Amino acid sequence: MKRLGIMFIALLFCAMTATVWAGGSSEASGTTKAAEPFRIAVIMPSATTDTAFSQSMWSALKTVQADMGGESAVELVYTENMFKVPDAAAAIRDYATQGYNLIVAHGSQYGSSVEEIAPDFPDTAFAWGTDVNTFGLDNVYAYTAAAEQGGYVNGVIAGMMTKSGIIGVTGPIDVGDAHTYISGFSQGVALTNPKATVSKTWTGSFSDVALMAAAAQTHISAGADILTGSSQSVVGSIGAAEKAGAVYWFGTQADQTSLSPKLVVASQVYDWVAMLKEIIAATETGVYGGKTYILTLANGGLKIGFNPDFALPADVKAKADEVIKGITSGSITVAP
Amino acid sequence: MNDLFSLTLVTGLLNTMMVLATPFLFAALGETFSQNSGVVNLGVDGIMLLSAFFAFYAVLITGSLILGILAAVITGVVMGLMMSVVSITLKAEQGVSGIGLQMFGLGMSSLLFKVLVGTVKTVSGFPTLSIPLLSRIPILGPILFQHSILVYIAFLLVPLSWWILERSTWGLVIKAVGQNPAAADSRGINVDRVRYLCVILGAVLAGLAGASLSISSLNLFQDNLTSGQGFIAVALVYFGGWSPVGVMWGALLFSMANSFQLWMQVLGVPVPASLANMLPYILTVVALTLSGSRRKTPAALNKPFIRGEA
Amino acid sequence: MAEKKNTEGLEIGIRVLVPVAGVVAGLIIGALFLIILHARPLEAYGALLRGAVGSRFGITQTLVKATPLLLVGLGISIAFRASCINIGGEGQMIMGALSATWLALALSGLPHFILIPAVLLGSMVAGGFWGFIPGILKAKFHVNEILSTIMLNSIALQLMNFLLQGPLMDPKGIEAGTYLAQSARLSKNAWLTRLMPPTLLHSGLIIALVMAVIVYVLLWRTTIGYRIRAVGLNPAASSYSGINVPVNQAMALTLAGALAGMAGAVEVLGVQHRLLEGLTSGYGFTGIVAALLGWLHPLGLIPASIFFGGLLVGADTMQRAVQVPSALIGAILGLIVLFVSASGIWTQQLIRRIRSRREQL
Repeated sequence: MKRLGIMFIALLFCAMTATVWAGGSSEASGTTKAAEPFRIAVIMPSATTDTAFSQSMWSALKTVQADMGGESAVELVYTENMFKVPDAAAAIRDYATQGYNLIVAHGSQYGSSVEEIAPDFPDTAFAWGTDVNTFGLDNVYAYTAAAEQGGYVNGVIAGMMTKSGIIGVTGPIDVGDAHTYISGFSQGVALTNPKATVSKTWTGSFSDVALMAAAAQTHISAGADILTGSSQSVVGSIGAAEKAGAVYWFGTQADQTSLSPKLVVASQVYDWVAMLKEIIAATETGVYGGKTYILTLANGGLKIGFNPDFALPADVKAKADEVIKGITSGSITVAP
Repeated sequence: MNDLFSLTLVTGLLNTMMVLATPFLFAALGETFSQNSGVVNLGVDGIMLLSAFFAFYAVLITGSLILGILAAVITGVVMGLMMSVVSITLKAEQGVSGIGLQMFGLGMSSLLFKVLVGTVKTVSGFPTLSIPLLSRIPILGPILFQHSILVYIAFLLVPLSWWILERSTWGLVIKAVGQNPAAADSRGINVDRVRYLCVILGAVLAGLAGASLSISSLNLFQDNLTSGQGFIAVALVYFGGWSPVGVMWGALLFSMANSFQLWMQVLGVPVPASLANMLPYILTVVALTLSGSRRKTPAALNKPFIRGEA
Repeated sequence: MAEKKNTEGLEIGIRVLVPVAGVVAGLIIGALFLIILHARPLEAYGALLRGAVGSRFGITQTLVKATPLLLVGLGISIAFRASCINIGGEGQMIMGALSATWLALALSGLPHFILIPAVLLGSMVAGGFWGFIPGILKAKFHVNEILSTIMLNSIALQLMNFLLQGPLMDPKGIEAGTYLAQSARLSKNAWLTRLMPPTLLHSGLIIALVMAVIVYVLLWRTTIGYRIRAVGLNPAASSYSGINVPVNQAMALTLAGALAGMAGAVEVLGVQHRLLEGLTSGYGFTGIVAALLGWLHPLGLIPASIFFGGLLVGADTMQRAVQVPSALIGAILGLIVLFVSASGIWTQQLIRRIRSRREQL
């Protein structure tokens, strides 16, 4: 029995190594060293594959890298799953010591670490978010997203499309951009459909997909025909909508159309690319910080990604465009 | 209107309860076998995660649900063997080896997901299988008989496990090993072999629990998909007093409370969401405290068996 | 006599070397994964070593990491000594951190040397209460502590969520419209002293070391400690000799909670300076590993938690140096824990052999 066991375990490792090999070889990383690439390091609280907050930044950085001439022009390194502050602080300091030009601390919990470390590295640019505070340091950028704006647009569309007059919201905890997005969403619904009810459920967990799916299912049972929500675990909600059929979905943070091409109407997309390019350009002229970026519809940092395969009624689309214009021009203001 | 609504509520409440209870049921029934033989396996969550990944990946690549289940079962067997070798043959502290197994499962599943899949994708998992005739019974039909096949299997495992543990000779052997391994050994029972089989069976069921998430109820994989459900499943074994039926009541109570707190939020009951989220956990502890039913702990639980000692 | 001393040294050597061999075995298998992911194992493990002990920052970082591990591990050791498995370190830490944040914000006017002890005491009471609940449930209602501590972890987490969404949420975040899940920043007089600025090393380490000595004295030099150990070694015999088994187990769980609560407070006062989402993630579990690695002995725990802290810090450095997914680190650490726990049998066999030889002499 014992020997059998050990043999089986040896087999397990062979099997696993084989599977990792199969996938690993496809993403071979050949780093070609050209003359002085721009070096970026990013520290993120969750994985680069979270379909939400971390992934939005990671794919933006990848885009920037590609646009600026690939790996020879921009060196990009990452550290993910850094939810503990001391670990992140070590990572920030380590990258700064290694001489990276730009360090992106992509989590609001990293603020005090950036505040402490940045003064020791005056020639390094630090960008951190989501928050608005640069601590009065001239080598720190802060960034955040006005999630309520896209939420408002989504809400306007949702209010016009609901037949049952019941809209369900699922989220992890009522904080951060989950809070501001949903606040904007509710205001948008109230504009076009004051009679509709927006009922909210919070699961208390950023990772519990099963509970999130159950929350969405509960909304559907209660008569909701439109759902929306935030955080990486909303994939559970989209799944529940998919099972139910005629329930529409509105996304946020990243374009979620691919998760359910039939049901996703529109997504608010965070696009960090323009901001990152601006920061990099400024860095090259010797400006390392001192500015706060807020992604908005007006500056193109927020985009509404309509699902091209979804037949949105013309009047609804018109109203949505009108609202987008209104927010962009400043004639409509949305409270977070 | 009101009556109709309360009817939807009851149906929805209990239907969601059944779905939520399924992974707990698989994993906790498995752990019941393991613990009755004297082994605490705290690594259930890690087994669930790795099996959920392999089941998902098999379906993603081949499209075959059977292969998905097979992948989950094989992963369960292998992870069960790892736990067995370390905690039975090598007599390690079970709490620690279980935590090691959990860390390994969590890390390995996220790693494989990242390298092999890369981003969230969905698969078409087990469809809803409405049982002819039965599913048309008013109220009960939608609650009990409109689920995917794994839900039925999980609930059918309850009487089966009960029969094995409480009525069959195998059950006697398992319990003898868990209560008094020295006596069992002197009667010629191979203590280690019984424990190996129970731990592996437990791990296979934990594997099915993972598969029930990734290819039946959610049809996707994500980092830390279970988010600690395996630990809850271990707790439910204590709740159920090492009996399959008790474990089922625990899983149902916990899931019902979760389903209920979601309804509370949907209906706008003015209770802060975080406090509603606590309900299942509080209720489980309170229910066990008040029920006063106490079954005897397997005396050799968490103790490695060494012939000639104790 | 000299011979005895010799073999005792040998025993300690075995107790140290065999688990280290387990770590090495885990790393060797980890090397396999590294190769598959196109990283050079030697470069990776070089970075691990360098990250943990290769610089002033590395060493201090290791000690910062070891501090909560030591405190949580001390508590878990006390509980284990009374044969209670305390999986509630996470929840107890959260309770300690919550009360520390609340007290430090409420009493911010007090001078440093009064504020810090008051806050630490408060966090020990809060954490201790979170350990007392499973203790009393076990003593009076026979509710298994594994069940209750797992449930209490989730309850504490939701309580933190609740407070961070409302009463404790940073007013500045509400003002700025960011609504972040964090408390206001603590005033500077509530921060633990930095021992070696600009490194993060703070006086929490000294507190933890003092606690290790106190726990040692408690367990081996007082009646309370004697009873707790007796209950763990042989409950039937201690019950027969008049020791109240349930009461002592409840006491052990309460002490465990108090120490974990203190760990939560030390993280808030020493490192974060505010309450944040994701404060504890994992310390409750890694603390169990550290406790077992330190043979459940307060003084053994000091090197064990530093070693484990160094492993965690070095692993992060390795991830940055060779750019492998962070999940790999988790998988390798899991293997290491498995191997180290499996290595116990060889430690015992070797020690038994030495002892039988010593008796023959």
